[in-house]
Formats: sequence, structure tokens, C-alpha cells
Amino acid sequence: MIEAANYCNHSRDRHIVIIGNGISGITCARTIRKRDHHAKITIISGESQHFYSRTALMYLYMGHMRYENVKPYEDFFWEKNRFSLIHDWVTKVDLAEKKLFFKQSTDITYDILIIATGSIPKKFGWKGEELSGVQGFYGLQDLNEMEVNTKDIKHATVVGGGLIGIELCEMLHSRDISVTFLVKDKHFWGSVLPEEEGSLVDRHIREHGVDLRLSTTMEAMEGEGNGKVSRIKTDKGETINTQFVGLAIGVTPNVALFQNTSLEIETGVLVDPYFRTNIPNVFAIGDCAEFREKPDENRKNIEQVWYTGRMHGETLGYNLTSDKAHTYQPGVWFNSAKFFDIEYQTYGKVPATLEEKMGSFYWEHPNGKIGFRITFDAKTQAILGVNALGLRVSHEFFDCAINNQWKINKVMARLNEADFDPEFFDSHITSILQAYNHRFGTQITHKKLSFWSRLTGTSL
Amino acid sequence: MKIIQYLGLALFVGGLLLFSLIPFIGQFTLDAEITDKKIKEEHQELLEVLKPMYGNTYSHQIAFVNDFNNYFDAYNDRLKEEEKWDEVIYEDYAFSITKASAHGPVQQHPWLFFAGALLLPIIGALMYIFPLHRDEPDGIKNNGTYFSSMKNRGWLGILTGTYLIGFYIILYWNAEYLTNLTDMVDGLSMFLSGEPASQWFLYGCLYTLAILVMGIRMFRRYKGNPYQIIRTYSVMFFQLAFAFLIPEILVLLNMPWHDFKNIWPLDYDFFFEYRIEGMLGSGALGMFMLVWGIILIILGVPIFTYFYGKRWYCSWICGCGGLAETLGDPYRHLSDKSLKAWKIERYMVHGVLVFAVVMTGFTIWNYFSGFGLLGDATGMLHQWYGFLIGAAFAGVIGTGFYPFMGNRVWCRFGCPLAAYLGIVQRFKSRFRITTNGGQCISCGNCSTYCEMGIDVKWYAQRGQNIVRASCVGCGICSAVCPRGVLKLENKSEKGRINEHPIIIGNDSIKVEN
Ligand SMILES: Cc1cc2nc3c(=O)[nH]c(=O)nc-3n(C[C@H](O)[C@H](O)[C@H](O)COP(=O)(O)OP(=O)(O)OC[C@H]3O[C@@H](n4cnc5c(N)ncnc54)[C@H](O)[C@@H]3O)c2cc1C
Ligand code: SF4
Repeated sequence: MIEAANYCNHSRDRHIVIIGNGISGITCARTIRKRDHHAKITIISGESQHFYSRTALMYLYMGHMRYENVKPYEDFFWEKNRFSLIHDWVTKVDLAEKKLFFKQSTDITYDILIIATGSIPKKFGWKGEELSGVQGFYGLQDLNEMEVNTKDIKHATVVGGGLIGIELCEMLHSRDISVTFLVKDKHFWGSVLPEEEGSLVDRHIREHGVDLRLSTTMEAMEGEGNGKVSRIKTDKGETINTQFVGLAIGVTPNVALFQNTSLEIETGVLVDPYFRTNIPNVFAIGDCAEFREKPDENRKNIEQVWYTGRMHGETLGYNLTSDKAHTYQPGVWFNSAKFFDIEYQTYGKVPATLEEKMGSFYWEHPNGKIGFRITFDAKTQAILGVNALGLRVSHEFFDCAINNQWKINKVMARLNEADFDPEFFDSHITSILQAYNHRFGTQITHKKLSFWSRLTGTSL
Repeated sequence: MKIIQYLGLALFVGGLLLFSLIPFIGQFTLDAEITDKKIKEEHQELLEVLKPMYGNTYSHQIAFVNDFNNYFDAYNDRLKEEEKWDEVIYEDYAFSITKASAHGPVQQHPWLFFAGALLLPIIGALMYIFPLHRDEPDGIKNNGTYFSSMKNRGWLGILTGTYLIGFYIILYWNAEYLTNLTDMVDGLSMFLSGEPASQWFLYGCLYTLAILVMGIRMFRRYKGNPYQIIRTYSVMFFQLAFAFLIPEILVLLNMPWHDFKNIWPLDYDFFFEYRIEGMLGSGALGMFMLVWGIILIILGVPIFTYFYGKRWYCSWICGCGGLAETLGDPYRHLSDKSLKAWKIERYMVHGVLVFAVVMTGFTIWNYFSGFGLLGDATGMLHQWYGFLIGAAFAGVIGTGFYPFMGNRVWCRFGCPLAAYLGIVQRFKSRFRITTNGGQCISCGNCSTYCEMGIDVKWYAQRGQNIVRASCVGCGICSAVCPRGVLKLENKSEKGRINEHPIIIGNDSIKVEN
């Protein structure tokens, strides 16, 4: 813990400027405002006037929602909480003078600078990357570009077997565009999902009619004379005619603004456990931040997900407004996604390949679309993590079980409490338990609910 | 498959056109005999008044109704001028006399028109619906919702809304133009209740058919989601059995028309004199109607709502809810989610509740005080409530505005029973929508598809359970949430309302949201 005075400028009307209005920047701003009435807070973004949910971008393309629907707060929220918004790109930062320069607006000065600039799509340097019809997918500008690029086309190719890749497939599929999906690994999202889960998703991708090509990478893209992409070549020597290529091989911190400044950057902006950069009163959070040391042995130096961005923002906002600053201590890891129709939730530690001394139990529904895995310490029997596909499980339950290192048998005995599927859904908990008992020779049972409890939909 | 669907659409549109043209065909001739049969003894004067029309054959319903109204109104006006207030006729004879004077193709071949204007569109609709999502895996089917002209206030939506509004206005205030359509369903009505069809029987048929056909659409659309499917079966059953068949059979048995699942104050005239007299005059079954109705109000609503939330009624049983959940499903996302709309909603819906309670209070007081006191005022209240709330709000706006403001405008802003159920749900119930820890990504699907205009994500993204008076428990937020964040459930009251939630997952500090 650090005393406030040594942490940041605490003057009464300090000007806190946040570059980036994503989840990390906004959570930080909200947390500061809740605890500090006086600070002047300015939030800058070149992408949009207001905070919107990046995770919902796909639904705009698919026609599930309009832009108004994906703004987490109504427009009056910002003025009511006295956040000044600047909708412009920062083009230069003068860290010595504490000054920001913009593309259009007049420059401003700050007392505290929070860098929350997010990520940009990774590029690989393929031949033909500059062709039109080839693009990454990260923000609103990309969405507009994709509208234009995919208008009236018949076939598209998506490169990169991760979360954004599969989202792109689903988006294109929703517009009746046939899709070829190139995935480098043996199964989908090979860096994160164990084989069974990956194969389950593979089957589902194909069920939707997507031409999924595993263990395949792209070699080059080619166009006709008009500068538009018209085909790609794979490492297997195949040529695929296509009118659109979505690149989704990952994202990398957006730090271009700070190149050649005194701010220390590596892949991202380097920070300590308090989100401090090497320059006093300058902090970094969210996708663009890189911890000099991992916050926890199970975590990475750069974590680019919604939830970590939110926790960064929350912690920094708290630190900037309290007597003592606390180190960032993420709790039990959690994440979620949706692969076409199959929801995925994960808690704790479930690596793609089992580590030594790690036990694992996997159950799959005969329909091949629902899967559940639980990992545990082979020696102590303590639960380490779970993967749930096609069934919903309780965050609170597993957060508690993993935090308290419950033995796996205890987890199984109370698994019915973890069921988060909607009412009237077939419960899979009993099947999972049966399979577990069968495999480990245990005789764990769950209490049968009384008629009354079932009638009123509850255990009293 | 596509061909069958297009063919189905064509049949549907063709049938609908025929339906809309039926009021314009046939001839109308009035004579003394018909008039005599249709008017009450004390209105014998009318026999003279309408004399100029006798024997004329009108080739058009509008001309006939116009003439009738002219003679009728002129007569009434004269009486008023002469201040003969006792003799002024308040009965509405336009419908019954027009119906009796009609003769033409519809009257000659009612079943033919029944087949063409009702069965054909149903078959067409089913041909369109059955192949829907046939080859698709189970899952949410919202692709293109906001690109659809029908679903996103495009010209198709505007046309549909306008048609519905027009239909309701004619139904409530100019039903004499619909007599041909009622003749078409006379056969069915005679079979069920032994009476010829009124405009309300016609309306009941259309209403029930809409729920049944669009209910089947729900099965296709939400396949793989048992909550939605069971719930849809429930509203289909209650509409068909309780709102349509049983009341007609009661009439056949010389009992008052009665819908056993309708509850005051939605059933706003339950305590009106004619209803009470009707029930009291119908022996044991009539007595049961009265007692059952009162039990539902004072015990049914609080007890069921305590255990299940207001959904037990609003999205499982209610007829208005039933129509909203089936016919209205394509429009659910059009409800306004703003904070402002919520404020207006609270004033309006509770205002209507107060209106209904005051009106009923007066009615009962009057009933027991022998109508001496405030008799006129009560009559006025009844009239205004019936016009403003019963017809204009619940009907014209409630359904006609589906394509403009979403499918629950009435339930949200106007239904006094929803207000009553809502108060119980908010303050004394085990029902809530539980938020799954910190998993919300603020995507907005839940709020967008909430028909009641609840900004669900506002709660979910701060890790808070959703406990709102207006939630009808349709379960769509939970169905469309891509991260499995929302669960409707009845559980212990402890921990149901968490005013200052802390999102789990961050062990560094605890910040109240
Ligand atoms: C399509 C897609 C789907 C995703 N789905 C999920 C998911 O389901 N679950 C999940 O956990 N995570 C998901 N993510 C990742 C998640 O969205 C990010 O981790 C998160 O949004 C990062 O938030 P942030 O606040 O760090 O930055 P961002 O949200 O990227 O915000 C940064 C903002 O800073 C602005 N900015 C940058 N530079 C400048 C400048 N020089 N001047 C002015 N403004 C600038 C940008 O315009 C941008 O608006 C997804 C990402 C994408 C792209
Ligand atoms: S749909 Fe689910 S993830 Fe999206 S905002 Fe609502 S609760 Fe959150």
C-alpha cells in the first residue's frame, strides 16, 4: 500500500484526463466521480462521442440492435455526472508540459493522465494486406468499412481462430454470405480450449454451414486490377476465391501515440501493480497496459478482456481517490463468450493442455453440444477451474469454491447450487454427477427436492 | 421451402384483402317488420321515423348506415330541442338493424366467406411459419430485426399499425360497418352459444386465432427454449378455453358471458350493476363467478405474485398479455427504454389504477345506497373510463401501437391490474431476475428486447438483481443474453434486493456500484 501523497496529485480541483472511453476508462471515471465530487474529469475518444459496448459491435452488423442500443448509459448521464467529453483524436502528448494536442480541438493540459487507449488489430505483413476488402475488426470505423466491403458479396474468408474470428463468421453468416474460416490450430481457439471443447465448437461451426479449415493458415492475398481482393492462397496450396478477408489473428496494445516519448513502453504501456507508468501522475489501464510483473502467477502481463479492463478502471479510480493506494489483485479468473448458439463460461484455471499434477473431469451431453469440464489439483484434490459450454453456471458459486479451494468431491456434492440455466430447461447436473461417480467410484448424491419446492420453484 | 413460404404469404395477403373488402359488398333493405323486431317496445316511434327507408335497396353499406343515422339523429335532435329528455333514445340500434337488413353474397354463402377470409389467411400464415428456422440449430433468431421494414417502423410496420388502429376504431365506435363480417361467423357463433355473432364475437375469433397462429410462430422461433414454449402453450390454452370457448358455452346455458381468468381492475366492470345482477341472477354458478372473482382479487393476486411474481398472470394467463407475447413478439424491441419513459409509465399506470379504484368505489357505494347518491356522476365515470381506458387505451393504442411503440404499451402504461400486481411484486415477492456475478458485458441485448422497456443491463452491468414492478417475467432477456447472465427465479427473499452491489472478481478493493 502507498500513502496518497506519494501516489498522485490530490489537489482539490485537479484535472483528470482520460484518453479512451472504453470500459476501462469509463469505469475509472465513474469510480472517481463516486468518491470525488470536485475533480474535473475529461474523457477523450476519437472513435465515438459516447461510451459504447465494443463487445456488442457484432450485433449491430447482424441487425439485432442499433447504435443507440449498445450505449450502456443514456446520453444525459455524462453531463449529469459532470464528465467533459471530447470527441477527437489525440495526435501528440507533451508529457513534460502535461499537454495534449488534438486533430481538431484546441490543446488541453492535465494534472493526471490516464491512458486507456485499448488495442488495435494485429497485422502480420501478408502480401496483399493493403487490398480493399481486407480488414480487421475492432471499432465503429471498422464496422462501417465492413458494411461497404461486404455489400452484395457472395463469399468471405476469416483468418484467425479466436473470439473475434468466430464473431466475424457469425456476422457474415447472418447476411447469407458463405464463409471460409481458416484456423491455424488443430481445433478452434487452440491456445485456450482443451481438445474436447474445441472439437465441440468445431462441430457447431460446421453445423452452421461454415467451411472450417483447421490447421490451415493464409499465405497471401491477391486482387484483380481494381485493387480489390479476389482470392487467397493457403499454406496447403489451395486457392480460394473470395471477396472479403477478415483478419482476426489477435489484437495488440494501441500505443502509437507514445512512440518516441519518455513513456516506457514495450508491447503495451508498462505499469506497476498500482497502474503507475514511469512518469508521475500518468497511469495506464485496460487493453493497452502491460504489467512489468504478472499480477498473479496464473495471469498474463497483458490481459485484453472486458472484465479486466473494468477491474483496472475500478482499482485505479479507487486509488486516485483514497488515502492509501492498493495493488491490483485480480481474483479468480473468469470469462465468457458465445460461439454462434453455444455459450461458454469459464472460471479459474483450465489450460488448453493439462498441466502436470492436474486432474480433469470432462462430461459431454450425447447431443455433442453441451460440455462441462472441471480441473483440480491431483494431489490436494482442490478445484482449480471449470469450463461450461452450452450450459450456464453460477459465477458466485465457482468464485467461492475456487477461492476457498474446495475439494472436488465437495464441489460435486453441491453442484446443483451452481446450475444457472433458465427454469424448465433439462438440468444436466444429475448426468454430470452420475458420470463423475462412475469415473471416480464415488457415491455423491444431491438432495431430492420436495414437491412443494418444485411447485414453488425453489428450495425453501 | 422458400416457395411454400411465398405462397403462404400470398394466401395470407389475399385472404386479408378479402376480409377487408367484405364490408363493402351486398345489399341492404329495411322494412317495417325488421324494425319492429329489433326495437324495444318503448321506441315504437322509430317505426315511423325510419319509414322513408323502407323498401329502398341500398347497394352499399355506407349509404345505408348514413341514411339510418340521419333519420335517427334527426329524430333525437328534435326531441332534445323540444326538451323531451325522457324520450331521447340512447340505445344503439345501428348495428342490429344494419345486420338484419343485409342480404347479399355473404348472407347467402357465409361459410364460403368464412373459408376465404379466415381459413385461407390462417393456412397461408401457417405455410409461412412452419418452415421458419427449419434447418437452423436452436438459438436466438434476431438476425436482421432492425433491417426489417415490418419490425423496425418501416412502411410495412406503419401500414400494419394503421390497419390495426383503423380496425379498432371501427370495432369500438362504428361496428355497424362490420355486420357483413359478423354474418360470416354467425354459423360458428350459433354453434357455440346459440346466438348470432356480435362484433365482439367476431373480435374474439380474430383475437384467439391471432394468439394461436402466432403462438405456433413462437414455437419455431424459440425452439430449444422450454420456458418460452411452455409459457406460449399456457397463453394459447387460456385464451382458447377461458376467454373464448367457456364464455360462449355459458351463454348457451343461459348464463352471463364470463371470463373466469379476468380479474378486476382489468375487468373494470366486474362490480358494475348489470354484471352483479347478472351473476346474482344465475344461481349457484353465478354466485361462484362472484365469489371466485373476489377471491382472485384479494387472495389470488397477492399469493401467486408472492410465489411467482406477476408473471403468473401477465405472461402466462392474461389475454392482453397473450396477444402481446404472440402477435406482438416481432415488435418487442420497439418499447422505449429511457428513464423518462419509466417516469411517465409510473405516473400513468398508477393513475389508471387510482381511476379504476375510485370508479369502482363509487359504484359499490351507490349499489348499496340505492343509487340515490352520485348516481349521475358514477354513470359519467363509467362512460369515460370505458371510452378512455377500456376502448381507446386498451384497444386502439394497446394493440394498434404494436408496430410503433412495442407490444406492451397497454400493459406498461395503462393496465390497472398490472399496477396492482406490480406493487405486490416489487415489495413482497420471491421473484427476481438474478444477475450472474460479473459476467455482463453491457451488450444491451436484454434491454433492447425487453417489451416492458426495462433497462435490464443497467442493473446487470453493476452486478445487481433486477427487481422491478413492471417486469412481466417473459424471460426473453434471459434468452437473448449472450453471456448467460440473467436467470428468472423464485427464491428466498433474503438477498433478493441488493441496493449497493459489489461486482465479484476484483480482490484488490471493494467498490459499491
Ligand atoms: C469485436 C470485439 C468483441 C469483443 N468481445 C469481447 C467479449 O465478448 N468479452 C470480453 O471480455 N472482451 C471482448 N472484447 C475485448 C474487449 O472489448 C476489450 O478488452 C475492451 O473493450 C478494452 O477496453 P479498453 O477500455 O481498454 O479500450 P477500448 O475499448 O479499446 O477503448 C479505447 C478507446 O480509446 C480511443 N483512443 C485510442 N487512441 C486514441 C487517441 N489517440 N485519441 C483519442 N482516442 C483514442 C479509441 O478510439 C477507443 O475508443 C472484444 C473486442 C472486440 C474488438
Ligand atoms: S444481454 Fe446479458 S451481457 Fe448483454 S447487457 Fe444484458 S445482461 Fe449484460
